[in-house]
Amino acid sequence: MGRYILRRLLIAIPTIIVISFVVYAILALAPTDPLSAFGADPRVPPEVRANIRHQLGLDDPWPVRYVKWVSSLAEGDFGISFMSHSSVMDLIKQRLPNTLAVVGVAYVIGVLLAIPIGMISAVRRYSVFDHVATTFAFVGFSVPTFFTGILLIIVFAINLRWFPFIYDSTLVIDDVPSFLQQVKQSIMPITVLALFDTATIARYTRAEMLEHLPLDYVRTARSKGLKEQVVVLRHVLRNSLIPVVTLVALGVPTVFGGAIVTEQIFRVPGIGELLVTAIGNGDTPVVTAILLIFAVLVVLFNLIADVMYAVLDPRIKYA
Amino acid sequence: MAAPAAELTKGGVLAAKFTRPPRSLWTDAWWQFRRHRLAMVALGVLGALVVFTLVGPLVYHTPIDTIDFLQSLKGPSADHLLGTDDLGRDLLARVMFGGRISIAVGITAVLLAITLGTTIGALAGFFSRLDNPLMRVTDLFLSLPGLPLLLVIIYLFRDSLRATFGPELGIFIMIVGVIGILGWMPVARLVRAQFLSLKQKEFVEAARSIGARDRRIIVRHILPNVLSPVLVAATIGVGGAILTESTLSFLGLGFPPDVPTWGRILFDARNYLDIAPHWAIFPGLAIFLTVLSINFIGDGLRDALDPRKTN
Repeated sequence: MGRYILRRLLIAIPTIIVISFVVYAILALAPTDPLSAFGADPRVPPEVRANIRHQLGLDDPWPVRYVKWVSSLAEGDFGISFMSHSSVMDLIKQRLPNTLAVVGVAYVIGVLLAIPIGMISAVRRYSVFDHVATTFAFVGFSVPTFFTGILLIIVFAINLRWFPFIYDSTLVIDDVPSFLQQVKQSIMPITVLALFDTATIARYTRAEMLEHLPLDYVRTARSKGLKEQVVVLRHVLRNSLIPVVTLVALGVPTVFGGAIVTEQIFRVPGIGELLVTAIGNGDTPVVTAILLIFAVLVVLFNLIADVMYAVLDPRIKYA
Repeated sequence: MAAPAAELTKGGVLAAKFTRPPRSLWTDAWWQFRRHRLAMVALGVLGALVVFTLVGPLVYHTPIDTIDFLQSLKGPSADHLLGTDDLGRDLLARVMFGGRISIAVGITAVLLAITLGTTIGALAGFFSRLDNPLMRVTDLFLSLPGLPLLLVIIYLFRDSLRATFGPELGIFIMIVGVIGILGWMPVARLVRAQFLSLKQKEFVEAARSIGARDRRIIVRHILPNVLSPVLVAATIGVGGAILTESTLSFLGLGFPPDVPTWGRILFDARNYLDIAPHWAIFPGLAIFLTVLSINFIGDGLRDALDPRKTN
């Protein structure tokens, strides 16, 4: 087991290095000048521009810059933002809690709702519950998150005035009213994200349960005289959850990606919003850092999924 | 099959009533598909939407870009059936026009992804030497952060492509290109898995023993057997590509403002939700209905093409 994890780690490291190289290369080789917004300003004389480029280290050929960037990364330094002139690390640290508060909570809610829904759908296949859940799931992954968000804003923020439609990240939670305020402002973004997550995971749980229900070991369990509840929860659910757990782990990075849109609609100042703003400003250090973080998340959760699969399913030989 | 029996009592000729025209795999699939009620409804809805975007502008002549400030932000009325935007442009015309682009982007991007994925998957599955390197590349592409990378690539290469191919075609090529290039991996894995198992089958051995070359075996013998899962993946992929395109446009990184795709209209509308909700609702509904019906059709196709389910 230990050797398997080690081997997977050894594959993950070169993957991350190659991806960081690809990301850096795309940004470096792109025909768009990272200083274009600034460089287009006619008031900036050419020698000043050259000076700035030199100071930012943009004169070196890009492979040299890549090596410099990686070596400072190793010390935990992501560089300095072109726009705000503060450390990229600080910017990300500032934004991350907002993203986690919305995306993280939504994902947990999604998973907690999805598994029971998928399970009941499978056990009561073609029942009214199953039909409702299936329709709901199809709607959930067909409606774009930005449209759900806009609908929620129109109905609940504009017409009913129940919730604020802009997320206030300066809110300090220190008592009950401020906590309620936080709950109120998070409900809509969390609903949008959770709807999508619940739909995907519930559908998957249902499919996995349906694969397992007709198997021999289920009949054996029933013929032993076990209660249906025990058969479903202890036998079928446990076995069906193995691939579901993997899917949940694999979904984490996608959820961060999906949050880009939701943060944009509700103006949540999180990582995704930082990325979109940085892209708009041509702020290369911030963009590279966030892309790398997303890439590391993907590789990391792939690794976690593989390891969990091996831990949960003893039939898998990890040679 | 009750029909032949009923005919039998009425008519006299027996044999003729019982012979049916030979059924191919595809007619079989169609019979199966027709039993999936939701998929049939979805097919109707999608067909109506396609007709709406393709034929609509031929019947409804209001231009998409006539600016009329006196009519700005008006709700649905007899003059403007879906209302108008902030510049007083007719939304019905814009939604119809946008649909053409969104659907075209979806189909073209998926064709690209399917072509790439099938080629790579077939090569990896058929030639053992290529398997490992090609699958490493596939894994690498799967590890790329999808949406964030899309945003960055589009931002970086937008201007140069626009300069080369013109604003509309340039953006079209780029959006289709990136969605396709970042979307072929699942197809490649699927095709590879099918090839791995099919190339061991007797019919491949038979083909080889009569002297068929690799190319012929791949294209004429194995590929047709892989077609149905690829078709299902492609159908669902079109929905995904339409969603991706509208997401990009919604983030302001898709088509330019004068090309009203569904996502772009929503992007423009999002600051006017309080005074002009109709502006956002109609294009949003269009995306939702299109993607929903595509997903249901995909589901129906999956059931129809699954040999385990035929009865």
